[in-house]
Amino acid sequence: MEIPYTVELRRDTGLNNGKIGIWLFLASEVMLFGALFASYILIRTGAPSWPRGDTILDVPLATFNTIVLIGSSVTMVMAWASLMRRRFGTYRIYMGATILLGFVFLVVKYFEYTHKFHDGLFPSSNNFLAIYFTLTGLHMLHVFGGMVVNAYFWGPGAKLWKTNPAWFTNRVEHSGLFWHFVDLVWIFLFPTLYLL
Amino acid sequence: MDNVTTAGHAPVGAHAHGTHAHADHHEQSFVTKWIFSQDHKVIGIQYTITALLFLLFGFGLMALMRYQLAFPMQPIPVIGSLLGAANAPGGIMLPEFYNQLGAMHGTIMVFLGVVPLAVGGFGNYVMPLMIGAPDMAFPKLNMASYWVYFVGGVVMLASFFIPGGAAQSGWTSYPPLSVITATEGQTWWLVGMVFLITSSLLGSMNFIVTIVQLRAKGLGWFRLPFFVWAQFVTSFLLLLAFPPLEAAGVLQLMDKVAGTSFFLPSGLVVGNRALEVSGGGNALLWQHLFWFLAHPEVYVLILPAMGIVAEIIANNTRKPLWGYRVLIYAIIFLGFMSFIVWAHHMFMTGMGTAMAAFFQTTTMIISIPSVVILTALVISLWGGSIRFNTPMLFALGFLPMFGIGGLTGLPLGLNVADIPLHDTYYVIAHFHYVVAPGTIFALFAGVYYWFPKATGRKMNETLGKIHFAGSFVCMNVIFMPMFLLGLAGVSRRLFDAGAAYDFAQPTLHWNVVSSWGAWILAIFQIPFIFNFFWSIWKGEKVGDNPWEATTIEWAAPSPPPHGNFTVAPEAYRGPYEYSVPGAAKDFSPQYEAS
Repeated sequence: MEIPYTVELRRDTGLNNGKIGIWLFLASEVMLFGALFASYILIRTGAPSWPRGDTILDVPLATFNTIVLIGSSVTMVMAWASLMRRRFGTYRIYMGATILLGFVFLVVKYFEYTHKFHDGLFPSSNNFLAIYFTLTGLHMLHVFGGMVVNAYFWGPGAKLWKTNPAWFTNRVEHSGLFWHFVDLVWIFLFPTLYLL
Repeated sequence: MDNVTTAGHAPVGAHAHGTHAHADHHEQSFVTKWIFSQDHKVIGIQYTITALLFLLFGFGLMALMRYQLAFPMQPIPVIGSLLGAANAPGGIMLPEFYNQLGAMHGTIMVFLGVVPLAVGGFGNYVMPLMIGAPDMAFPKLNMASYWVYFVGGVVMLASFFIPGGAAQSGWTSYPPLSVITATEGQTWWLVGMVFLITSSLLGSMNFIVTIVQLRAKGLGWFRLPFFVWAQFVTSFLLLLAFPPLEAAGVLQLMDKVAGTSFFLPSGLVVGNRALEVSGGGNALLWQHLFWFLAHPEVYVLILPAMGIVAEIIANNTRKPLWGYRVLIYAIIFLGFMSFIVWAHHMFMTGMGTAMAAFFQTTTMIISIPSVVILTALVISLWGGSIRFNTPMLFALGFLPMFGIGGLTGLPLGLNVADIPLHDTYYVIAHFHYVVAPGTIFALFAGVYYWFPKATGRKMNETLGKIHFAGSFVCMNVIFMPMFLLGLAGVSRRLFDAGAAYDFAQPTLHWNVVSSWGAWILAIFQIPFIFNFFWSIWKGEKVGDNPWEATTIEWAAPSPPPHGNFTVAPEAYRGPYEYSVPGAAKDFSPQYEAS
């Protein structure tokens, strides 16, 4: 028994199953982060005073991280494009770079966090930090999740390339869509938390 | 065979993903066939049985509460001594334990019972068959969805056994109460909810993709059975409304574990001492996030039930559903509107009259499609030659019960009328009429109706009719008195049902009536439980289409094999072509070319 439209497109919808699935998943993710941003707005507007992000947080470090994450989105596209050109070797390099950049992001974040803890700044200190740690923490979980999926497609999952390259390319594309979404969340988080 | 492989069921020699390669062979072991199954039918049965057990458990919690309400502060006979000294010393229930039972009854019934049965059970089992699909679009996700749900259920159950017991702040878990309660039950509740939300996310994605992509040839959108439409809209509600609760759950978890103050306002005093938190939070924020889920959730509870009832009514009146397209437009509109009515649960919070006016208006608007659907179902009965079998009796029972539940909701949706009724037993009566004799009756109808498809045997009619008649009477005996209690002003939160208050004295005896109704209802479930298991092995054997129905699931063998259909079905007509003039028989199945 086979599930139709895992690779080939259904004529009336013009899509395969995975493509719709990942977009639905991203829609639910939008609702998740949307609710968190809305909570941020409500708590901030209700607060008698609210610190500017750059007085507490490290803007240069976050700018660096923004560049890292945007870079990883570029390499992710290149990885997918390599597969489209049937160049598996280049795919591995770009996918490896994507994972590595994700790792760099997490390391920078680790130093940011520990620095805050050293200064005695915890989620319980005030609601600005509570929002900061919760939102960036949840975002980091997403980065980590994306890295796990990408690592799977870099390593063991890549076996599919030999048997069904079209399906494998689709999977990398869908993983890429998630990765871009994670990137996009950061692009919203950065100004919201660090600059405003 | 082309080389398009599918998750877990790849043809031999095309093992795409190593870890599950052994599941590809047709001779599946017991574990891959019945436990870690990727077959939507097995997963549907797993969901159904687990959810039925949770319904029974949640019902048991309520039966205990009913004793306390009928006979406040008296020792519970027999069972009282089993509850432990921490919960019921000398068999007399402590208020904290009563609160645990209340919170967990709601949580279990909604998140572990009704929704998993209506969506995970019926949706999983019936929907792919109805659209002529070989399976769900993502079988592995489907399996993951069940097991994540299972873990969530285990976490919820386990929370009863930790020191201090389970969550005790109601199924709504309003802060600050839920956050400042010293016991850890609430933390477990939040963790359990994260699992349940994840499960429903995986499931709803899968449902939508399956309905969009895997419909059989010829099965256009306006040839889909209403049940499929109901599942489709429900899945969108689950997909988009649950994440905000997940966000809220994460925030409350941070409040509980990391000491943040998302929901704790400044200057909070607990037990005559200022709470040592940074403050600045907003307790109303939780309510907004919670009800942003929980109102669509109400429609998640009712829409699949409407779908089941529509199928059964069309089948047993032997005529097309009245207003099929109108039903579909109504359910889409209902799904959309359900996202903008949530704050009608919050009229009493002081959120402001402008907000109240807006949400009161949207609430009145959303009642229109509900009434349209109910009316269309009632009109469908007109002029039909009705077969009064067990599924039809439950479906017919659904109509007035949902009607009572729905219409008594109108005063609650009106800002001014809500003020005296808010948080009284009237509210309990209202939503239980919708969910208990409403949705749960529809779910029973569905069990009786699709049982022959899943097993190849019919359930016993006589036992079914006893089950229906007893349940129908008892449900009304339980919930009708609660309207009186509510109108008399008795709060739903009182652990002694108001025995300590003068004004409630004339109403107390109604609690005894209500409680006896609940306990006798339990007795009337015994024929169902017996019937269910007896019929699996000893029920009357029937063919593939015992109800002479028109929808595609009846084209599959009973029980359907792995992959569902022996030949890929095709749809040639609409879903409810009963009694077509000039046709040889009184039903013209979708899957039969004329």
